[in-house]
Amino acid sequence: MFLKRFFALLNARNKEFLRDRASTSWNILMPVLIVSGLAVTFTSDFSDQYKVGIFSDKNSVSQQTNAITDFLKTEYIEFVDITDIENAKTKIQRHQLDMLIDTTTKQYWINDESPNGYLVEKILHSGGTHGLQKQTLSGKKIRYVDWVIPGILSMNMMFSALFGVGYVIVRYRKNGMLKRLKATPVTALEYLSVQIVSRLLLIMAITIFVFYGTNLFIGYAMHGSHLNLFLIFALGAINMISLSLIVAARITSEETAGGLLNLISWPMMFLSGVWFSLEGTNPIVQNVAEFFPLTHVTAAARSIMIDGAGLADVSYHIIILGAQSIVFLLIGAWTFRWE
Amino acid sequence: MNAPLLEIRNLVKHYPHVKAVNGVDFCLQSGTCFGLLGPNGAGKTTTVEILEGIHTATSGEILYKGEAVGNRFRNEAGIMFQSTALQDFITVHETLVMFAQLYPQNTDLDELIRRCNLTDYLEQDNRELSGGQRQRLLLAIALVNDPDIIFLDEPTTGLDPQARRNFWDLIEAIKSEGKTILLTTHYMDEAYTLCDEIAIMDHGKIIAQGTPKKLLAAHFNDAILQIPESDIPNPDSLPFELQNIKGIIEITTNDVNHTINELIARNISLSHLQVRSRNLDDLFIELTGKALRA
Repeated sequence: MFLKRFFALLNARNKEFLRDRASTSWNILMPVLIVSGLAVTFTSDFSDQYKVGIFSDKNSVSQQTNAITDFLKTEYIEFVDITDIENAKTKIQRHQLDMLIDTTTKQYWINDESPNGYLVEKILHSGGTHGLQKQTLSGKKIRYVDWVIPGILSMNMMFSALFGVGYVIVRYRKNGMLKRLKATPVTALEYLSVQIVSRLLLIMAITIFVFYGTNLFIGYAMHGSHLNLFLIFALGAINMISLSLIVAARITSEETAGGLLNLISWPMMFLSGVWFSLEGTNPIVQNVAEFFPLTHVTAAARSIMIDGAGLADVSYHIIILGAQSIVFLLIGAWTFRWE
Repeated sequence: MNAPLLEIRNLVKHYPHVKAVNGVDFCLQSGTCFGLLGPNGAGKTTTVEILEGIHTATSGEILYKGEAVGNRFRNEAGIMFQSTALQDFITVHETLVMFAQLYPQNTDLDELIRRCNLTDYLEQDNRELSGGQRQRLLLAIALVNDPDIIFLDEPTTGLDPQARRNFWDLIEAIKSEGKTILLTTHYMDEAYTLCDEIAIMDHGKIIAQGTPKKLLAAHFNDAILQIPESDIPNPDSLPFELQNIKGIIEITTNDVNHTINELIARNISLSHLQVRSRNLDDLFIELTGKALRA
């Protein structure tokens, strides 16, 4: 009987969503538009500036050659202080840095597949003997769109989960639909399960569609397993749907629900590392971001797509997402009221 | 008498500052239609919603077929709320199928659709239904599990007179199948026509209960004569208890013949005279002191 009721409600809910063309179209179009806009914006070379990372200490600065000192004064090159040399090497591999100079060991690195690296090296050599030993790294260029797409897919998932479940439940409570269902043999657990499964299916279908659809004309970096990425997105979706159940547990006003959902989603949108890396930001911001599910979905998906990470590599994010999901679900189910 | 289908004993529902239901007792016999009447705020909706399982009682006992209400009651009760939103983008037929699948037992859907006159609207989106169509769908949903007891909460509110009469026919048909009905309504003519027994609530308590005819007989032994004000030149001179209601003089009397003779003796024209018996509207106002839709 549980399954019969479950599938009856699931079927009706799915039909409602799919036939609501405005809502369905917006759920699909929004991420496509954002991704396309970013692809167009960031694939054009709007700047001819080069970026060189400098890893040094006081001793090495005093010992550096005139050629290096002159090089560091070159216009149209942005010199960035580096504190983590290994992280900087990764950026060389991804073409996020054109050159890395370590004045303490008197070495420099360029990516032998990077035209910018080649040109910056020419500029370095033009100043005379610099005394640095060349090291090469290789790796395909990671464009901003490659870096940002895991976050955008996660963000779209967040909005769909929070507003598609939380807002809808509050609307049904307000207009008496939940009261009508309460008068049937349907239990709260059955009803909430339907909301979770229905939205999970829709989110995953839309995410897959957007991912593969936009990938056809943009071509993302995807070095990890598609299945792993799918699992991370599914876990993230469950987490954020569960979070929305807490919001929707008792509220009877759509305005209150909308305000609360915005209060949750907007900080996550900007402080979860979707648009820019949180490295170097205020530690308080980084600590707060650790509590956001979007931070962990984005980070795990990014690791899988860009670094080719496996599930073990992103286990930290999986554990946090899983634990949060359980807590959110328990609170949401415990506090749920039909009216 | 058989054991009642539903028995309510000393039902109480207290909110922090309101005693919404304050010791209500009544029984529903199988196959009867029981009307619960009362002004707004009397506690009838709270009472009914406690019976439906929507609210929990502060205290009291509700027995269905001799047992405390539980899953059996939930499976065997049909409920039609006064206002219920239906899922958007779903057709009438899909709505009925969905609700049917929520119950372990169902009535024949084709027969239900025919009986509730929904055949022509089956593929129509719930959002596009008129008031009457919508009420018939809500009634069909309430009947989809072939219930033994049906709760109808102001089912004809907002319907035009024709749709209301059609709805009454539907309820009469349901009654004729031996179903038990608990009806709340603001329309006294509806209660008089459909209900075998009524209870009038006010301030959270039942203040009168019985068959409509017995209640009227118990409270009134008079009649009302109605004459247009323009036919009575000097109403204050009449030796009767009377009221002027929007240009109509109403004379309440225990002896109609004597009163008419008095009027004739005073050369008052009786060409527009109307005599009416007391009805449930009068009883309601008499007992609650309130207008029906106050």
